[in-house]
Amino acid sequence: MSESQAPADAMLPLTKRELARLLTGIENGAPAAQRILRERYRHSGKARTIGITGAPGSGKSTLVAAMVQGLRARQHTVAVIAVDPSSPFTGGAILGDRFRMNALAGDAGVFVRSMASRGALGGVAAAVADAIIAFDTNGFDVVIVETVGAGQNEIDVAWVTESVIVVEAPGMGDEVQAIKAGILEIADVVVVNKADRDGAAQTASTIAAALEIGRKRAWEVPVLKAVATTGSGVDELLDRLAEHHHYLQTSGKGQWRWEHRVQHDVLNRLREMLLRRMLGQLPPDQLSQLLAAVARREVYPTDAAAELMNQSSKP
Amino acid sequence: MTETQSPVRPLRILLAKPGLDGHDRGAKVVARALRDAGMEVIYTGLRQTPEMIVEAALQEDADAVGLSILSGAHNTLVPRVMELMRAQGLNDVPVFIGGIIPDHDVPALKAIGITGVFGPGSPLSEIVDFIQTQTARRAS
Repeated sequence: MSESQAPADAMLPLTKRELARLLTGIENGAPAAQRILRERYRHSGKARTIGITGAPGSGKSTLVAAMVQGLRARQHTVAVIAVDPSSPFTGGAILGDRFRMNALAGDAGVFVRSMASRGALGGVAAAVADAIIAFDTNGFDVVIVETVGAGQNEIDVAWVTESVIVVEAPGMGDEVQAIKAGILEIADVVVVNKADRDGAAQTASTIAAALEIGRKRAWEVPVLKAVATTGSGVDELLDRLAEHHHYLQTSGKGQWRWEHRVQHDVLNRLREMLLRRMLGQLPPDQLSQLLAAVARREVYPTDAAAELMNQSSKP
Repeated sequence: MTETQSPVRPLRILLAKPGLDGHDRGAKVVARALRDAGMEVIYTGLRQTPEMIVEAALQEDADAVGLSILSGAHNTLVPRVMELMRAQGLNDVPVFIGGIIPDHDVPALKAIGITGVFGPGSPLSEIVDFIQTQTARRAS
């Protein structure tokens, strides 16, 4: 490892092309990208980071576009990392979030980057965390991370930001849905989008009621209504996010959560490295043979995993 | 040891529809085919200006750019895209086009750097092969 290869002027702002290339390197786990981030990491932590998640079709991308316009009006530069799922079958992806952000085109204070989740070994949470470092140390004031709120992978991604918005649309289901463990638990702000549709008030009050059942917290999660297509409610959302940022800064909660996120991030990276190393050390065909045996129901899955671990740890 | 190095890096392809025609079925079919070939397709949708397309190619670090044009305005739009690509230093990014492009316009488009022209009826596998060949040339 040669840290010394990084240039002395490591903190000069990157051009758009260099930044775009760095982001590609991050996604691909390129050592050159890691060298740049290693130098920059100590200078990171200045940007505000906001995660936004919710079911497909709830209007996240449109809401992000409206938020970016609002943040630009408040003189903030904004980077957006828009994550869409990769196909579990081909590894390909259609990244369509940019499509809803066309209104942001031509503004030099905005940078939108689409990212595919790339499956279990892709490490999208780590890639997003690294992309945040890249934007943060390149002078962006706010970094927004958008993910489809469909599973643990996406919750991991949301965890790399300091404030998390959960977007719901009217008609999300009854109160039992709302109190199920999962996505609402990670919300710092809930937005009921498409609030011009029937059932928005009902959905908002159901969510608010569900949130009240939990223990009292110093930060009461606001449930806001918005219409992303018109920008209605977006100013209030930005105000609440600024309040949440202030709350994190002044309450000590921000530091607590940062330490928690650091732990999550490092363990996440460790898990990926271990898995890659172990799979890389297996004798050829070992994995496929064992998987075939499990598929024939001759080997119990836990035994197969243990066998793979033993194989890879042999000298 | 670089344990996070991924063995296969998916290609990132930007697909855009410049100009004012509102028919994007062809672009969507191509997007699907590229996805199914394991590529990551950044789909920017309808009514893109050349400026928007090139800015997106820059920010997304696209390995190739595909333009779908059915309006007949290709002789205006495509040169502008190529001019902006050069201005941004993206000369090495292959640009291909699809849609309704009369045969007699193809030589002029190729002369300004368009490497592939795919009209109606082009087999999807041909487009996939084309991108794989073009981007491999770029990487080497």
